Amino acid sequence: MNGPDEWDGRELSDSPGERPRIPSPRSAPEDRGPLPDPAPLPVAEPDGPAGTSPAPETGDGTEPPVAPVIIPAPAGAPPHRILKSLLGAWALAACSAEETAAVEAHLTDYASCADEALRLREAVGLLHPADSLDLDPLLRSRVLELCLGRRPARIPVPEWATPYDAETAKLDALLRDMGPAEWRAPVRLRWFEGERPVERETTVAGVMGHLMAVDGLVATALGLTDPLGTAAPPGAPDPLIRTETFWRAADEKQSPLATHAPWRDQSSALIRQVSFAGTKVAELAVPYGDFRLPLRDSFLDRAFECWVHAGDIAEAVDYPYEPPAAAHLHQLVDLAARLLPSALADRRRAGLAAPPQRLVEAGAPGRTLHLEVEGNGGGHWYIALDSPAALGTPEHTVAHIALDSAEFCQLAAGHISPEEAAAGQLGERDAIRDVLFATASLSRL
Amino acid sequence: MQQRLTHGEAAALGEVYDRFASLVHSLAHRVLDDEDAADRVTREVFAYVWEHPDSYDPKQGTLRSWVAAVTRHQAVQRLRQTEAASARDGGSEAPEPAEIEQKIHEASTAARADYIVTSMPAPLRAALELAYFQRRDYRQTAADLGVTEDEARRRLRLGLQLLSTARTHQALPPAHRAAHPAPTARAPHAPRGPRPPHSPYTGPGASAPPGPGHGRSL
Repeated sequence: MNGPDEWDGRELSDSPGERPRIPSPRSAPEDRGPLPDPAPLPVAEPDGPAGTSPAPETGDGTEPPVAPVIIPAPAGAPPHRILKSLLGAWALAACSAEETAAVEAHLTDYASCADEALRLREAVGLLHPADSLDLDPLLRSRVLELCLGRRPARIPVPEWATPYDAETAKLDALLRDMGPAEWRAPVRLRWFEGERPVERETTVAGVMGHLMAVDGLVATALGLTDPLGTAAPPGAPDPLIRTETFWRAADEKQSPLATHAPWRDQSSALIRQVSFAGTKVAELAVPYGDFRLPLRDSFLDRAFECWVHAGDIAEAVDYPYEPPAAAHLHQLVDLAARLLPSALADRRRAGLAAPPQRLVEAGAPGRTLHLEVEGNGGGHWYIALDSPAALGTPEHTVAHIALDSAEFCQLAAGHISPEEAAAGQLGERDAIRDVLFATASLSRL
Repeated sequence: MQQRLTHGEAAALGEVYDRFASLVHSLAHRVLDDEDAADRVTREVFAYVWEHPDSYDPKQGTLRSWVAAVTRHQAVQRLRQTEAASARDGGSEAPEPAEIEQKIHEASTAARADYIVTSMPAPLRAALELAYFQRRDYRQTAADLGVTEDEARRRLRLGLQLLSTARTHQALPPAHRAAHPAPTARAPHAPRGPRPPHSPYTGPGASAPPGPGHGRSL
């Protein structure tokens, strides 16, 4: 075996006879440990048998050494080499009573071992349970803001990619706190299809596979590797098909944590890629099955999805989870608001929304719904009701909805139904209904 | 990573934060025992890393060890300032300078020890975890880890030997500067005795660079 001597370059030669300094026993890791105190050291106590008086329980193990009673080494004591190898276990009070006695007898004779014993026992006092303090998730953006204020980035992360940067970092931190059992926790994914809510059961690992497979749409648009590799389905890229492909291809025997690192690597690569490409790629079209989004919006969409699904995961494993910072949330709400006119048009084509009341020329003002989103990240949006090409303006407002940003995002995520959304409403009821349903229809798996 | 920081790539700053934020925050918290103060130190540490990536020398150790050393300097500096301030305000109740110095020394050692524990080889950490926190004896530890009893003893001893180096490091620079937060920046002071392995923090305030300290705790 490899003796500990191999690593110990600090020892002096053994010099018997010197009076050893023996530290008192280590303290418990917590004040009231569940187990009995470690075996006490022999303490000079003329009236009692050595080794039976309990050593004082101390907080930090740094009190002055206690002089031991010299007791003879028991007959048949282990050899020096073994006794020395026991010093760590002895310092931790992790050896038997006989071994403890043998080590302590040995220490009276060998100053170098006694020195090491003292050093190791003091080291035990430095052991400290790891902090379980959760970092404030908003600290990250405060740190980055301070840093970039002091030294502006030469290669900045584009403004529209910062919510994705922040949300993926936040989810990454959550995942790092989770063990394999939690990765297998069931998660219910909910969204809205047509007029009704739908849901699907998966696991935390399944959600991460879904995020990675759909982020992969953006990655491939930017020329990065497709996480689905050769399993990528042919034809128009579709988030649902890609997700199901990924789930089917997932190796049952693989650790559920297996998607963590590749997901994180891909999200970091995406952020890095757009930082270097900058504004040149902001308008690049990213195909999502039956529609396309410019890259800048697809990054907002992915940030929104990351936040929503991180919330699903956090709920499944009973962790708290914070919404995005106000400035980021505002960008996400803004994307949803901008998508509403096309969502309305889609619903009309499907016969799910009232036909336009009149035709409006492209770019001309038309009937408008005033969407007021309150609270964190909120603001005012004027939604063109007649067609995606029309202009929404305050002057042409026919209806007004006011709701909290959290409520609006839950609605856009398909987590609450349009009928249940707690929204203040004023004006044309059909317009309000259509916009609330159109908001819910933005959701998908 | 150093190159990316030097080039001013904001994405690299984010990645460095994600890798080290919990280390930085927990070390700062160990020294200062205060959530807000640990947050502030965390901000200053990353600002320093971002503004001075060149002061990291890969030959001296890992990026992680450098970030840990910068953190310890910043946190100890802040502890000095708050201790000095409370000593000024404390009147007759104020602690003696030697007491303050002792407290700072202990806090700094505790942070170094934490870093050593997080950085030691996982088998050693696992053995210490079992023997100390789970209160298993070394035979049980050996069984839990599936190693021989010899090996368990070896790991416990080696782990503690590594940990004990937290105490053998030279203390951080003495307190005389921090007691008078001097307006003149970077007035160097002679360290007592040999130069500490983590070079002394000569700046007057938390915003000054903590010097090219490289944590080579192991």
